[in-house]
Amino acid sequence: MTTTQAPKPVAATADYLDQRTGISHAVKGFARKVFPDHWSFLLGEVALYSFVVLLISGVFLTMFFVPSMGLVEYHGPLSSMSGQLMSEAFASTLKLSFEVRGGLLMRQIHHWAALLFMASIVTHMMRVFFTGAFRKPRELNWMVGFVLMILGLLAGFTGYSLPDDVLSGNGLRITDGVVKSIPVIGSYLSYFIFGGEFPGEDIIPRLFTLHILVVPALILALIGLHLLFVVLHKHTQYPGGGRTNNNVVGFPLFPVYVAKAGGFFFIVFGVIALMGATMAINNVWNYGPYDPSPVGAGAQPDWYMLFLEGSLRLMPGQPEFVIAGWTLSLNVLIPAVVIPGLLFTFLAVYPFVEAAVTKDKREHHVLDRPRNVPVRTGLGVAFLTAFIILALAGSNDLIATHFHLSINSITWVFRFAFFLAPVAAFWITKRICLGLQRKDRELVLHGHETGRIVRFANGEYIEVHKPLDEQERWLRVGYEANRPLEIAPREDARGVRRKGYAFDRQLQKLSGFFFEDRVEPVTPAELAAAHSHGEHDQLDSSDSAAQLDPVRDATGHGVVTDEHKH
Amino acid sequence: MTEHNSSELTTSTGGQQLETFPDPGVPEHKLRMADKDPKAAKRAERQTVVLFAISILGTIGMIVAFFVFRLEGTTESTRNANLAVGLGLFFALMGIGLAAVHWAKTLMSDHEHVDERHPQRGSDDVREAAIAELKAGAEDSGIARRPLLKGAVVTALALFPLTIAVPLVSSVGGDWDISKFKHTIWKRGTRLAIDPNGRLIKAADVTIGSVVHVIPDVPEEERRSHEWITEKAKAVVLLVRLDPADLKESEERKTWSHEGIVAYSKICTHVGCPVALYEQQTHHLLCPCHQSTFDVADGAKVVFGPAKRPLPQLPIAVDDEGYLIAQDDFDEPVGPSYWGRLK
Repeated sequence: MTTTQAPKPVAATADYLDQRTGISHAVKGFARKVFPDHWSFLLGEVALYSFVVLLISGVFLTMFFVPSMGLVEYHGPLSSMSGQLMSEAFASTLKLSFEVRGGLLMRQIHHWAALLFMASIVTHMMRVFFTGAFRKPRELNWMVGFVLMILGLLAGFTGYSLPDDVLSGNGLRITDGVVKSIPVIGSYLSYFIFGGEFPGEDIIPRLFTLHILVVPALILALIGLHLLFVVLHKHTQYPGGGRTNNNVVGFPLFPVYVAKAGGFFFIVFGVIALMGATMAINNVWNYGPYDPSPVGAGAQPDWYMLFLEGSLRLMPGQPEFVIAGWTLSLNVLIPAVVIPGLLFTFLAVYPFVEAAVTKDKREHHVLDRPRNVPVRTGLGVAFLTAFIILALAGSNDLIATHFHLSINSITWVFRFAFFLAPVAAFWITKRICLGLQRKDRELVLHGHETGRIVRFANGEYIEVHKPLDEQERWLRVGYEANRPLEIAPREDARGVRRKGYAFDRQLQKLSGFFFEDRVEPVTPAELAAAHSHGEHDQLDSSDSAAQLDPVRDATGHGVVTDEHKH
Repeated sequence: MTEHNSSELTTSTGGQQLETFPDPGVPEHKLRMADKDPKAAKRAERQTVVLFAISILGTIGMIVAFFVFRLEGTTESTRNANLAVGLGLFFALMGIGLAAVHWAKTLMSDHEHVDERHPQRGSDDVREAAIAELKAGAEDSGIARRPLLKGAVVTALALFPLTIAVPLVSSVGGDWDISKFKHTIWKRGTRLAIDPNGRLIKAADVTIGSVVHVIPDVPEEERRSHEWITEKAKAVVLLVRLDPADLKESEERKTWSHEGIVAYSKICTHVGCPVALYEQQTHHLLCPCHQSTFDVADGAKVVFGPAKRPLPQLPIAVDDEGYLIAQDDFDEPVGPSYWGRLK
C-alpha cells in the first residue's frame, strides 16, 4: 500500500482492514469507476433515497405505533375524540401526532416519501422504457425493477391501511369485495386475508408485519440486486461523440459522484422534510376511527392506487353472471384483476417482445433517442394514456364537483376514452417521432436556417444555411433504424413445408408493425449529393432530394449552403 | 481524449464515401469559470462554505424549535411545532445537499473519463472450464448413476415446505366457515336503532323524505365488544320514508315496508362500501366509492355504475309500542357478490 501521503492512523486502519478483508481490491476496482451524467439518471436515485427516508422515518414510527385492533376508549388531549371507542392502532396514531414531539413530522415525512417513492419509480421506468435501456443485457434488471414497482405498491397499500381510520378501512373493504369476486376461491381468500369475516381483529397486525418486515426486506434485497446489475453492466449512456457500446464516458465515482449522489440524498430528504413541514397529509383525526357505516364523499386513495379505483368506477355493472348457481362477478373481476393484469403484463414482457421482433442479439449500452424508435415510444405513450385515464376516472367525483359536470357523463366519456385515447395517442406520438426524425434528416442535409438573406448578382434571393458541426450531426445520424424481419420461405427448395413457419410469419407481421414505417439516418453519400445538388441544380432540387429519402418525404427545398458564396 | 469507433466503419478502396458517418469522438473539453479564474474558484468555495453553514444553523434551529414549541394537544400547537421543527430539518439537510453538489459542479475536476466495457458473456474458455467443473462435481456426487437417490432428494425437498405451509394456511383463515356471509344479526323482532347512538325509532317520527342510518338494537355491552364491528359491517341499514304514491313495490314485497318506510342494506352490492349518499329529489342512493346508484323508490335497483344487483331489502314492521322492528333477517347475503352466493 502506498502510504506516503495518508496520515498515520488512516494508513494503519486501512492496513488493518486490508489484511483481514482484502478491501484494497474493491477500492481499486470501484473508487474511480466511471458513471455517465444526465439528469434523467437521477430519477432512480430519487427512488433509492426516498426508500432510505422511508426506512429512517419508519423506524421512528414503529417506536410508538401499536398494531392492534383491541378497543380502547380515547382519553388523550384531542377533545373532539374524547371518550370515543377506537382501535389501539388508531389511538396510537393520534398519540403519535399530538403527544409525541416530532411525531407528526415523521408521519407526514413517511407518507410524502411513500408518494415520492412510487412517483420516482414510475418516472424512472418511463426513462428506461423510452430510451430502450431495457435491451440486452438489461432485460433481467428490468424484471427486477418491475417487481420492485409491484412491491412498492404493496408497501404503500399495507402502510396506508395501518392507522385504521375510516378512509383506510373503506380501502380494505373494497379489497375484500374485490377478493371475493375471484371465482371459486374468492371467499376463502377473503378469510385467508382477514382471518375470518371482514374486518375481524387480525388484519392490522398482519398488515403491520408485511409492511415493516416482509415487504421492505424484499425491496431491500431486490434493490441490492438491481444495483449489483448496474455495477455489472456499467451504466447506459446517452448517444454523443465518443460514446459507443464498448465504452462508458463520464466522471469517476470518487470524488465526483460521492459528492453529487451523496449530496443529492440530502436534497431529496430535504425536499421531503419541507413537504412534511408545510403540507398536511392524511389528517386521520378528521376522519375518525374505522366504522363500517360512515364514508366520506370525495375520498381518494393515494395517487398510485387511483388507476385501480378508476378502473372499478368505469366498469358498467351488467357483466355479473350466474352460471349453474355460481356467481361470476365480471363487473369486479375485469376492472380490478384483468385490466391491471394486462397493463402490468405489457410492462413485464415488453423487452422480450422487442427482442423477438428485432432478433437483435447484441449488447446495447448507448441509449436510444425516443424519436428513433417511433413505435416503442408510441406504445409507451399509449400505455401512459390508458393509465392516466384510469387515474382521472378514479377522481371523477372531484372532477364533477370542481367543474360542475355530471358524474354520469364524465364516466361515459372516460369509458370511451379508455379504449380510443391510447390508440390516438399511439398514432399521434408515432407521427411526431417520424416528423422529428425527418426534421433531423433535413437539418443534417441542409443545415440550420440562419435568417440571413443573400441576393445574387442575377437578382436571385436565397437564405444562407449553416451546416451542422460534426458533434451535432453525429447526434442525428448515429443510430440504426431497425427493419422488419426477413424469414425463410414456407417451403424449402424441394417444396417441403418447414415447421415453425406460421409462428415466424406472425412474428414477421409484428415486426412489420414495429418497423415498417421508419426513417433511415442520413449517409455521407446523401449529404454529399445534397451539397453538390444545391450547387448545380438548385431549382430542381426538391424532386431529387425526395428520391434520396428512403421514406419519400420531401425534405428538400431550394437550399444552398455556405459554400455557395464562394 | 478522443476515441474513434472505427470498427463499425466500412471504407471502400480509393477514398470513396463511407457508408456511415465517423464518430467524431468525445467533444472538446470546455473549461468552467472556476477553472479559468482563481477569483471565481474562490467565490465558489465561499458559496459552498455558506451552504454548509446554513445546514449547521438548520440543525441548531431544529433542536431549539424541538424544545421551544410545546405540544398542547391542539391542532394549532401541533401544526406550529411541526412547521418549526420541519423547517429546521429542511435547512439542515438542504444545506449539506446543495453544498456537496455545488462543490462537485464547480470545484471538482470535470474532465471526462472513459472506461472500456466488456461483453457480459464469459469467453469460450471460461464457459468450457465452468462446464468441466460442474461435470466433475456431478461425477463426484454420483447423482447420475443413482436415480433412486435423485428421486428421493427432489421429493424430500419438494415436500418439506408443507410442514410450514399446512399449519399456516389451515390456521390463517380462522374457522374457514364462509356460510357466515349469509347471515346478519337481524332477527325476527329486532328493533331498529339509530346509528351510532342506539336510540330506537318510532315509525311516526320518521317524516317523508328523511333518511335514517340504522343499526340493530343490541345491548350496550355488545356494541362495545370486539365482535361488534364485524357484525355491524354486515348489518348496517339505510331507512327512508317516501310518499307511498312514489313507491313501486313488487307483489311479494308489499308487506316488507311500512307506510312508505323502506329499509335497505347499506352495504354496496359492488365491492361493499357503505352506500351513504341519499338524494331526496330523485330517491337515488349513491355509493361514494364507485358511484353505483340505486333507486330507493324502485326496489333499490341499480340505475348507474358498476354494481349489478339491487341492495338487499330488510323486511320491516311496527311493534305494539310503535317502534320499527325487523320481520326477519335479509333473505339474501348482503354486500359484494361471491362465487357461492346463491348456493
